[in-house]
Amino acid sequence: MTATGIGARAARKEDRRFLTGNGRYVDDIDRPGQLHAVLARSPHAHARLGAIDAGAARAAPGVAAVFTAEDLAADNVGGLPCGWLIKNKDGSDMVEPPHPVLATGKVRHVGDPVAMVLAETRAQARDAAEKLEIEYEELDAVTDTAGAFETGRPAVHDAAANNTCYDWEFGDKAAVEQAFAGAAKIVPLEFVNQRLVANAIEPRAAIGEYDAHDDRYTLYTTSQNPHVIRLLMCTAVLGLPETKVRVVSPDVGGGFGSKIYHYAEEALVTWAARKAGRPVKWTSERAEAFLSDAQGRDHVTRAELALGAGAEFLGLKISTVANLGAYLSTFSTAIPTYFYAPLLAGVYKTPAIHCEVRGVFTNTVPVDAYRGAGRPEACYLIERIVDVAARATGLDPAEIRRRNFIPRSAQPYQTPVAMVYDDGDYAKNMEDCLVEADAAGFAERRREAKARGKLRGLGVSSYIEACGAAPSAVAGALGARAGLYEMATLRVNPSGSVSIITGTHAHGQGHETTFAQLASERLGIDFDSIEVVHGDTDKIPFGMGTYGSRSLPVGGTALARAMDKVVEKGRKIAAHILEASAEDIEFADGAFSVAGTDRKLAFAEVAGAAYVPHNYPLEELEPGLEETAYFDPPNFTFPSGCYACEVEIDPETGVVSVERFTAVDDFGVLINPNIVEGQVHGGLVQGIGQALYEGARYDPESGQPITGSYMDYCMPKADCAPSFAVHTNETRSPTNPLGVRGCGEAGAIGAPPAVVNAICDALNELGVRHIDMPATPEKVWRAIRDARAAA
Amino acid sequence: MKIAVSMTVNGEERAAEVEPRTLLVHYLRDSLGLKGTHIGCDTSQCGACVVHVDGVAVKSCTVLAAQAEDAGVLTVEGLADGDRLHPMQEAFRDNHGLQCGFCTPGMVMAGIDIANRHPDPDEATVRRQLEGNICRCTGYHNIVKSIIAGARAMGG
Repeated sequence: MTATGIGARAARKEDRRFLTGNGRYVDDIDRPGQLHAVLARSPHAHARLGAIDAGAARAAPGVAAVFTAEDLAADNVGGLPCGWLIKNKDGSDMVEPPHPVLATGKVRHVGDPVAMVLAETRAQARDAAEKLEIEYEELDAVTDTAGAFETGRPAVHDAAANNTCYDWEFGDKAAVEQAFAGAAKIVPLEFVNQRLVANAIEPRAAIGEYDAHDDRYTLYTTSQNPHVIRLLMCTAVLGLPETKVRVVSPDVGGGFGSKIYHYAEEALVTWAARKAGRPVKWTSERAEAFLSDAQGRDHVTRAELALGAGAEFLGLKISTVANLGAYLSTFSTAIPTYFYAPLLAGVYKTPAIHCEVRGVFTNTVPVDAYRGAGRPEACYLIERIVDVAARATGLDPAEIRRRNFIPRSAQPYQTPVAMVYDDGDYAKNMEDCLVEADAAGFAERRREAKARGKLRGLGVSSYIEACGAAPSAVAGALGARAGLYEMATLRVNPSGSVSIITGTHAHGQGHETTFAQLASERLGIDFDSIEVVHGDTDKIPFGMGTYGSRSLPVGGTALARAMDKVVEKGRKIAAHILEASAEDIEFADGAFSVAGTDRKLAFAEVAGAAYVPHNYPLEELEPGLEETAYFDPPNFTFPSGCYACEVEIDPETGVVSVERFTAVDDFGVLINPNIVEGQVHGGLVQGIGQALYEGARYDPESGQPITGSYMDYCMPKADCAPSFAVHTNETRSPTNPLGVRGCGEAGAIGAPPAVVNAICDALNELGVRHIDMPATPEKVWRAIRDARAAA
Repeated sequence: MKIAVSMTVNGEERAAEVEPRTLLVHYLRDSLGLKGTHIGCDTSQCGACVVHVDGVAVKSCTVLAAQAEDAGVLTVEGLADGDRLHPMQEAFRDNHGLQCGFCTPGMVMAGIDIANRHPDPDEATVRRQLEGNICRCTGYHNIVKSIIAGARAMGG
């Protein structure tokens, strides 16, 4: 292994610019003559929209323009599209109501954009927005997930009866009924997987610009997938050919899913730049982000697990209500369906599974993918009900898992919910984790804690997840309106330096380093002579961007294939120059050599020959050395692992502290272990955040968001978690030639049930069976008090 | 109405005319073009905007530019000596203490301030002292390592 090849803990190429204040995020960009946009947003959760008097706002100092939905309609601006069509149980299509860029007729959540003010400064735009006179006729609001579809609730969209977007099912219902009929024990669990806010620390921002000379727009936006934004905005909203629009996503300060979607502000600044004849810049404030960034999770679920006499899992029956919010965000419909139900086998042999999901509209901010996206919901369900089943059968939680794991010998494994797992040793993950976590010493630590008046608990969770959603044809058959491939171009420059042009997008993941390591290893060239180009539709032919831990398994494989093509062409060039047969040319350590001889050409010499083709096989090869590859994977990859969490609870206050946390993950081959571990650390704290601290709440009467800033949405801080013990197992993924699996979401998927299992373990002696997330001190204290009262 | 505000920023005398309501962070970013100091919230929780004012860590979103009149302000742009990174910057790079980079300037400035007050801090101290800085990417694990290492490299 070299210092910069596969497996090296190479320092990141990105770091110097970020550490010296030279990052360039969208809000750092100022365009000459730019106007500042501020959006007037609905203060009501649900209201009929009346007249808008913009007279005073237009007359305010510095104001250049005020736009409403009428102006958009006059230009035939369309609505924001949904990217995945879900079918109801009866085969009919889901309800897909319009999602206007600026509200028309009604406002449907607090923060629904109503008008846009452009002014010379942001402060002037904000002052003018305050002067807009907007008439609202308030309507009753519906915010609660479980009750949204009950008869008589306020209708968010007239077209959606009972606020239902879809009523969907997956799996074999008859097989499940049969399994339950023969069960020795049935374990039920009702729980909430609460609503979360992604909260990338960089707020969203967008700058639109129109160049009359080229008749061309540029949109700078905080996106995880600039080509997808260009496609959706051009085709669904603005009616432009892609050739007229350049989308740039420069440095982006975290995404976690929330920067996947096509948002109203992107289309607005682009459209308004031409109307105003000047660049238009919008930057979200944090309070605005709580009203306009798509949120995550928000399920209410009832699950039942049927067990045989030996505690073997026979069947799993699930009914979930998923809150989609007021409008369908880009991938909102797919997350509680196809990114959820197919993971419900977990790491177990459960032969029969059936899941029904009702997606409901409410007067809340739209919900879409957030780190893990459907898989944390599935993992939490399984790993919680397995622990409850362990209590119900008197088995140790590790033992009930042991009895039900899919053995490695059964890989690849066809689950009853469509997935074919590619490989993984789930039993080894858990046994290793129990050793690393010193589970054997836990009883002593618990005794010691008890002596201090603390309740100590140990929880494990054995997760599996699916990365690199694929293949396109299958997703298309299930309703996806997008492809799931990725592309890469490897451009070898004449002096032998290399530009990797990738359709993925990095917003913290370190692709500039990881992809350079792949190329350094494969091509045997200097790490510092490799650049990675991403985030600009004018520089990159196409790309699907970054989400679902797809960049390495899908984008990295596209790069590997492009490198194979370059090496293949290089062999032909070298064969010509070295006067040998191409079959006799070997490529290793950055040189093409004739097998069995010392005749060789360095990679850079072959690159030079390709661009200065004086001695070159022009009759069979074109000059130049640049190759592009697209990769549409045959399957997902399936990372797996086991997490062990130890908590201590102060029974007097209900405060939970995470004392130890041990992770064993199987991500397949690791390219840069530092980056991988960093992804795990970050995911774990987001998972711990969900388990203990975070939750977006709405007032059930008014629909007003109660958690609208960092003062009331509890973000995990540095003292909320201990340092982590992170270990890896490696089974190569057979799905791609790199053997990689993806690591971006595992922590957020596996951690919540580990924490809640630990809490329930600590409280088991009091008779507490379950506690919903976030396990705040109040909730834990009440659970302890209620349990003591009942005892 | 505009007022003239001048201060020393990263060792240079700087001046600009701004509205009286201008916050220090906006003065640095918009008037002086120092975009390394970031804005991550509007309630002074996230700490992405931490700079040093007369040697002490300050959230630059909590003070008016006018309040820093004649003060000495140090931002993340002023830390490196040419190509040579400040020991705290170097420690963040060595320990993979950053991912998306957005909270990083504030973390580095807060880290230096912690090191100034606690020359050889332990983990618990660093975690407590980082109460005013939020990171969504790193889970803090490597930030804590970076600050401990950076403090030692600064001369412990």
